[in-house]
Amino acid sequence: MSKIIASAAIRGAHKIVERAEKKYQEALDKWGPEQEVGFPDTAYCLPVIYAILGIPVKKMSDMKPVLDRCRTLLPPPVKEKTALPYLAPALDAGMATFFAEEVIEAIRYLEDPNFYTKQEDILPDNLWLGAANDVIFRKRGVEFVDGSAPGFAAIVGAAPSPEIAKKIATELQEKNLYVFMCAEHGGKRFSEQLVEAGVQIGWPTRLVSYGPDITAAVFAMGFACRVAMAFGGVKPGDFRKNLNYNKDRTFAFVMPMGFVTDEWYANAAGAINWGFPTIADTPIPEVLPTGICTYEHVVSNIPHDQLVQKAVEVRGLKVNVASVPIPVSYGPAFEGERVRGEDIYLECGGGRTHAVELVISKRMDEVEDGKVEVIGPELDGVQPPGQLPLAIRVEVTGRKMQEDFEPILERQIHHLINYAQGIMHIGQRDIAWLRVSKSAVAKGFKLADLGKILHAKLHQDFGAIFDKAQVVIYTEPKAVDEVLAQARAIYGKRDARIEGMTDETTDTFYSCTLCQSFAPSHVCVVSPERTGLCGAYNWMDCKAAFEINPTGPNQPIPKGDVTDAKLGQWKGTNDFVMTASRQKVSQVSLYSMMIDPMTTCGCCECIAAVLPMCNGIMTVNRDFMGMTPCGMKFTTLAGSAGGGAVTPGFLGHSKYNITQRKWLTGDGGLLRLVWMPKILKDDLRERLQTRCEEIGIPNFIDMIADETIGMTEDEILPFLEEKKHPALTMESILG
Amino acid sequence: MSDLEKKSIDPATIKMIQKAAVDGCETIFDRAEAMKPCPIGAEGSCCKNCAMGPCRVPAPKKKEGPAKKRMGLCGATAETISARNFARMVAAGTAAHSDHARGIAKTFLAAAKGEMPEFKIKDEQKLYQIAMDLDVEIGEKSVQEIAIEVGKKVLEEFGRQDGEVSFIKRAPLKRQEIWRKLGVAPRGIDREVVELMHRTHMGVDQDYQSLLLSAARCSLADGWGGSMISTDLQDVLFGNPVPVLGQINLGVLKKDQINVVVHGHEPLLPEVLVSVVKDPEIQKAALATGAKGINLVGMCCSANELLMRHGIPVAGNFLQQELAIVTGVVDLMAVDVQCEMQSLAQVAKCYHTKLITTSPKAKIEGAMHIEFDERHASEAARKILMEAVGNFKNRKANVEIPDDTTDQVVGFSYETINYLLGGMFRASYLPLNDNIINGRIRGIAGVVGCNNARVTHDDPNLTLIKELIKNDVIVLVTGCAAMTCGKAGLLTPDAARKYAGEGLASVCEAVGIPPVLHMGSCVDNSRILLAATAVVKAGGLGEDISDLPVAGAALEWMSEKAIAIGEYFVASGIYTVFGVTWPTTGSEEVTKLLFEDYENLFKGKWGFEPDPLKAAKSMIDHIDKKRKALGIDKMRERVLFDMAKRREIEAA
Repeated sequence: MSKIIASAAIRGAHKIVERAEKKYQEALDKWGPEQEVGFPDTAYCLPVIYAILGIPVKKMSDMKPVLDRCRTLLPPPVKEKTALPYLAPALDAGMATFFAEEVIEAIRYLEDPNFYTKQEDILPDNLWLGAANDVIFRKRGVEFVDGSAPGFAAIVGAAPSPEIAKKIATELQEKNLYVFMCAEHGGKRFSEQLVEAGVQIGWPTRLVSYGPDITAAVFAMGFACRVAMAFGGVKPGDFRKNLNYNKDRTFAFVMPMGFVTDEWYANAAGAINWGFPTIADTPIPEVLPTGICTYEHVVSNIPHDQLVQKAVEVRGLKVNVASVPIPVSYGPAFEGERVRGEDIYLECGGGRTHAVELVISKRMDEVEDGKVEVIGPELDGVQPPGQLPLAIRVEVTGRKMQEDFEPILERQIHHLINYAQGIMHIGQRDIAWLRVSKSAVAKGFKLADLGKILHAKLHQDFGAIFDKAQVVIYTEPKAVDEVLAQARAIYGKRDARIEGMTDETTDTFYSCTLCQSFAPSHVCVVSPERTGLCGAYNWMDCKAAFEINPTGPNQPIPKGDVTDAKLGQWKGTNDFVMTASRQKVSQVSLYSMMIDPMTTCGCCECIAAVLPMCNGIMTVNRDFMGMTPCGMKFTTLAGSAGGGAVTPGFLGHSKYNITQRKWLTGDGGLLRLVWMPKILKDDLRERLQTRCEEIGIPNFIDMIADETIGMTEDEILPFLEEKKHPALTMESILG
Repeated sequence: MSDLEKKSIDPATIKMIQKAAVDGCETIFDRAEAMKPCPIGAEGSCCKNCAMGPCRVPAPKKKEGPAKKRMGLCGATAETISARNFARMVAAGTAAHSDHARGIAKTFLAAAKGEMPEFKIKDEQKLYQIAMDLDVEIGEKSVQEIAIEVGKKVLEEFGRQDGEVSFIKRAPLKRQEIWRKLGVAPRGIDREVVELMHRTHMGVDQDYQSLLLSAARCSLADGWGGSMISTDLQDVLFGNPVPVLGQINLGVLKKDQINVVVHGHEPLLPEVLVSVVKDPEIQKAALATGAKGINLVGMCCSANELLMRHGIPVAGNFLQQELAIVTGVVDLMAVDVQCEMQSLAQVAKCYHTKLITTSPKAKIEGAMHIEFDERHASEAARKILMEAVGNFKNRKANVEIPDDTTDQVVGFSYETINYLLGGMFRASYLPLNDNIINGRIRGIAGVVGCNNARVTHDDPNLTLIKELIKNDVIVLVTGCAAMTCGKAGLLTPDAARKYAGEGLASVCEAVGIPPVLHMGSCVDNSRILLAATAVVKAGGLGEDISDLPVAGAALEWMSEKAIAIGEYFVASGIYTVFGVTWPTTGSEEVTKLLFEDYENLFKGKWGFEPDPLKAAKSMIDHIDKKRKALGIDKMRERVLFDMAKRREIEAA
């Protein structure tokens, strides 16, 4: 830290803490000490304060000890002559800054409840998203965990022009980074500049307009703190672990654009505690020695065209950028971008036309690698807004290619196409839905580019299991219908095959330790009848992933002798988990949440919990924000069961898993299910119905309570009794 | 170089040497010219351990040939005599630090019991740390209960007959193994001193290798025993030092104030003086004399203690003690133990200064004695201050205060450095290691020790330190060497840009620290051991202190304490270079053992090099050798992380 920076940061911290104290006093006078305060829909209270100090701020008076702590942390100003050491005091001042900013922002939610949109998207008259609620946080946090988003850039201020802002944002998106934006410079804000330049902003495009003021920077830090608590199993108050976790695993950095004020310095100094360095476009002093951050702490005066590259290098991040030969930008950050209304150039599927996607294997001599054919009209033959039927058939071949891998490759089509800027893709198989935007077409995008994307990306990600791929794109109704018929026959065959696979008939299960980058002791054991708890990896996916990368996170587990058939324990799986969890977990049941349940990284789609009074279990999905009968919302449940901890009575699992035959058979299976949210029930209804028939109670779905029946055990028990739910007469779930 | 410039490089010192000459007052600088050191004693070849001697066994002259080996009447060889003399220096040094520690420990225990209301537990955090290191259970116990238990346990360290001194467990595991393997893990502190005195008695241990291993064991009882106890308990009683601004040099004396100089080593009386001097009654009495107040300043390590914890100004280091009186404005000098020259009494007589001895262990003929009894601490302090007040009117006309003072930032305890490198939430030695690994910092040097009137005052240490920091070696200093740096302006953050190499300067600027860190008095050298251990534990630089790119030096040493300190540095695995003179040159074998073979035993060794630039070179060479062994002698590529690499990170 140079003396100039430290002096400014400490001055800035004083100003922000004073502001917070003033705000607090006003709010206290107005609402009183018992007034509830906090960010919306989160179990992490004011997350920086909660993570670092362990203080759950819930009501107004809880803020007082936090502000007192800020005072003790605030150092005196740095003396001009013969200064005392200033690095540590400046870091402390930066920390006080974040505590104070959370107080300021929490009071803002109280004073002006609609200041922030409180959702994923911006509104026509409001750009400011504010703190991510837990649903947004978990959904996005998962991307940090699985590596599809390695970190974030916290942009403060504004670029010299909207064009430069757009360029920097696109570059960051192409590197898969989230962009968290706040504060203004010269009357402009980076988020506003992006909107002006016609860029879609909001959580779906990873361009997050947190707020107009510098104090909104604290939302970015809160996000980082929650990642450590939710996925890293870091306990609130364990500040050292949280900060080091973020230094090692969250690749974030601060990018001030424009004149760096005292308050900006205070925030930048604070961020260094997390190992997040500052890369500035102005000639502020540099701090090059390493130590608290992995590499440099402050690097400055970087030209705008080198800013992103420099930032990534300073933070020590390696991004494998997809190189796809198409005229638009490409990367996961563009996955959430939408194409609608006026901007639609072409639409296929979505109920308007037929659209179907299929991957099939061919003989070696039948495939010409890289060949892309469009049979039927191309985009230049379409008048916007146009509609066309669409069939995409990818034909692959290779010595290691297996029929089982076809659906895996096919499932990639959705996100691979969606990663292209200006292209929107929804669904899969014969319910695919594609929109191409005018802006993409203006840049020269063609339907043939869909084929180029698939060829390039499938090779990049799955090159180990096939050698050659070619793509045929049909836009002629007759040809599309032919492919559709062929595809439906193949889908049917595949489904039947997968249905037939059981844990008993399979000797090898697979591990998934993809999330160990964020949850170092968590291990998923994936069997045919227990898909990964994130819903993204089934047994077949893991098998293919192992073929692709034999030393990767999916390893075969010879299940070995069964040690407990009811609970689903094998010698092989236990031995594997012991090693892979770094000796944290010694035994794991595949079929029980009561005895040796599997851990969760925090990415789970659903969490099941015991309801002792009902002698049953409930499960809740990540998207359900309401209260549940176990007394906890999803996010609180995930907070206690996540991070790789063994927590009997709770289990993270995928949605699909509920309808698999082995789901919790060790505890009584599906018959124990007494409550689930209505959206989850509806989501799974078709498969669930099949299972109900299999277990011989065709109307079982109607016996399962949901939030319309009740949100407490007391409320649902009469319903269960009335419906004669089988769980009530089963042996005690508590054993 | 004029004769005066040969005496000191410090302008204030030169001015006062000149003034003393004018005033007709003899000082150590005059005596150093008049009397040369005894050549036989200097090389350690004089044995006066029995009444058949003293026997002189100097190394054979060349013409006599190697066959002619002299021995004492009893047959003691030059090796035995040299090793015995060396060992006795270690014993005396250890005794000095450890007796100091005993005093502090007894005061600590009494304070914990509430028997000494003037002393209280000030640093609870440090108390807990010590308690844990002594296996004192904390549980639900009160601070007082813990302190009492710690006090009792610490006192047991002195008289323990078997087992090991507790704090050696603080050393890196590998270091402990080396000690145990060599059989030099110290048992009780007193036992090691007593045993070494016994072994060196006429006709006992007459194998120089065995003698020197015992000396090493005794020194460890100092560094990881007595000295460490002193520092720890002083920190608990008076507060762990944190960075503070202070001034140094004779210019801190004030013509219009009553100047009280505290000189010596123990912080007990000085701490009480600091609080009693604020007493309104004393202040009133002072003002009544026409003075503008009482100016309390320190001298030698008493000064370091007060400076580190309160920013109280420092008059000077060892060779300036007489010169402070020569200014003619010192109304009273209070001394306790160690390094106070008997000549102070004579110098005081040339002026009006009252010399007060305060320790029952250290009286000086011609000085007034006001005994400092910790149980009535403020009473003694009050008496001393009133003596000073009463003496103000006796000032004579020959008053001259040099205007030299320098600002300095001090207070770098081992714990404070930990905080300074990462703040409250990320405190760690890792950034230091990181910058050593990336080469911005080449290594660490501890430069400690005394002044010695046989060499130009302040010159060897200062030249050495400047050369080290110029070569990106960060320097930790204590004792009189620290004061040398303070006077020369090296203890300010601005010194980094001015004197340090680019790499070190950039780190200093980042943290806001001087390139030379003042860690305290000479008893505080244990802080350097703990800092070195913290660096080992932070990781990336080997498993033992001896793996670190670290070296030590004391180019102006004079006291036996310095030899004890050097020996425990060496026995802890640090290459340590002394200057001025070397006390074992009478025996080639003994010298070879210390300078070469020790490296095989302790992985640390002694060196002797009076030329500061050559000493710097040998230290830097050693540092580079260690860097090479660690594989950090080359530029490293930046490592960029992807997700796969991130998964490999062990759970924190």
